[in-house]
Amino acid sequence: MAMNQIEQIEIRWHGRGGQGAVTSANLLAEAAYYAGFKGVTSAPAFGAERRGAPVTASTRLASAPLRHFSQVEAPDMVIILEGSLLTTANATEGLAPNGHVIVNTRLAPEELGLSNGYQVATVDADRIAEEINLRAAGVIMVNTAMLGAVARATELITLDHINRTLRHAFSPKAAEKNIEAARLTFEATRCAS
Amino acid sequence: MTVDTQSVSVITGNRAAAEAARLARVDVVAAYPITPQSPVVETLSKYIETGVLDAEFITVESEHSAMGVCIGAATSGSRVFTASSANGLAYMCEQLSWAAGSRLPIVMGCANRAMSAPWSVLNDQQDAMSQRDQGWIQLYCRNNQEILDTFLQGFRIAEQVKLPVMVCYDGFILSHTVMPVDIPEQEQVDAYLPPYSVHTILDPEEPRNVNPVTLANPRLNGDGVLCHGYMEFRYLMEQAHKEALDMIVVADEEFEACFGRRWGGLLWSYQLEDAEVVLLAAGSLAGEATISADMLRSEGIRAGVLGLRAYRPFPAAAVADALKEAGLVVVFDKSLSYGYDGPIRRDVQAALFEHRVMPEVHGYIAGLGGRDIKARELVDAARDSITWAEQGKGPKPTDWINLQL
Repeated sequence: MAMNQIEQIEIRWHGRGGQGAVTSANLLAEAAYYAGFKGVTSAPAFGAERRGAPVTASTRLASAPLRHFSQVEAPDMVIILEGSLLTTANATEGLAPNGHVIVNTRLAPEELGLSNGYQVATVDADRIAEEINLRAAGVIMVNTAMLGAVARATELITLDHINRTLRHAFSPKAAEKNIEAARLTFEATRCAS
Repeated sequence: MTVDTQSVSVITGNRAAAEAARLARVDVVAAYPITPQSPVVETLSKYIETGVLDAEFITVESEHSAMGVCIGAATSGSRVFTASSANGLAYMCEQLSWAAGSRLPIVMGCANRAMSAPWSVLNDQQDAMSQRDQGWIQLYCRNNQEILDTFLQGFRIAEQVKLPVMVCYDGFILSHTVMPVDIPEQEQVDAYLPPYSVHTILDPEEPRNVNPVTLANPRLNGDGVLCHGYMEFRYLMEQAHKEALDMIVVADEEFEACFGRRWGGLLWSYQLEDAEVVLLAAGSLAGEATISADMLRSEGIRAGVLGLRAYRPFPAAAVADALKEAGLVVVFDKSLSYGYDGPIRRDVQAALFEHRVMPEVHGYIAGLGGRDIKARELVDAARDSITWAEQGKGPKPTDWINLQL
């Protein structure tokens, strides 16, 4: 799935309110723009958010500038910031056959029991965030780490694009910690063969 | 591959609005927060607090007061900015009329949101439509770049024709969606938008009465000067709107000369040249409709899009000219004039009749209270209309897209 072969790809993020799904969806759009996608958009599922409640955000990447902003209903990829959402939020709903599923979980891809030809990748981003003590308001944050998993599981973006994005988005100190999280997550991501 | 993107940021529509206000070097911002507009003035308050923008942020207890502050500041010669949505805009209602009647070049953002009741924070265009007859110029945007650019053009237009400008952009759909936006350099904007040259005269050395009670007929003032009656003021305001029809185009042309891009002035079109079926809308929905036109063309239907950028003043002659070859015009409204269908549809129909351009015109209501609208749903509507027209069934009642009764 190299960038130059893609006309448009739609990605849905699943997280819980406070986990930063909307932020990372936006950061992915920016990283993909740096990677050469001319059309990138990202938006939260519109409406009110509550801390802890399941939330979604969507990122659209395209080779040409985007003209439509309606909500994503049949994503090509889902990124799940907390493993339990795979079932409780029915995170693969509408996912294209052979679509990508990228999950923050301790389990290996094969252990998730997913079918439909999905290309599954998993990583224990919680452990990585704990190890490097990446926290916001005391809570460990895995949203930026999961950008590293995207870079590993797909060819949409590279760590360079992620680094540039994070340096743009955060203060120098915070950026370096998030860059470290993305790099470690990139390295630890397991893709089903 | 890595692209050079120095001046481009991936930002929300609200951020684009705030960047435009910063680049326009506004002197005064007065606003009250409301979803989905709040991030605009939150950003500006941060810019002012940190010295990024040399301006005064005046906190107020309501939108009514926010516009009151804007009126006072603009009267004393400041370039002013505010933004609101839905209930907040409605709360400004009385002051909106004062701003326009005082001929003040205030520019405000309206992140379009549904009016209550029932309660909704999500998008449609009922809020701006409910204020359309207050004398403000209304411009609608299709993406975040157009939001930034239209605010800059808005100040240019407002200060030329001496009317306030409301820049309307769809709440959440644009206000909360990030996309690449080229943020121009300050020097470029300064070249396009010169400092506000004050046309109101307020001088403590020479105190005078602003907006006195005006009687029906012209009469001499205390100095023996013949002053307009109320109706003359209102006539001149209407003339200014007619003048704005030209100025909106000029501001866009000048913008292109400075920045290398333009947005169509009063209208923009997509695949309109040979179109038999024209989809017409304002805002992000019109952008979505360009995808629908592509889908219809892939089925062999010659479809195009006419996007309405200026809604007040209404570009009747330009609309009629753009549609003179069309057989069928399908208009999508995100608001209602209750009892008389979609306001854009009715205005388009009146413009066509006035200019003796007679395609079939059908109206659809879509996306009220944030209901999502897909390109394929606009295609379905267009197909229904084509079938209706082919069968010669006459006037078609307004249909509602994705109504789930």
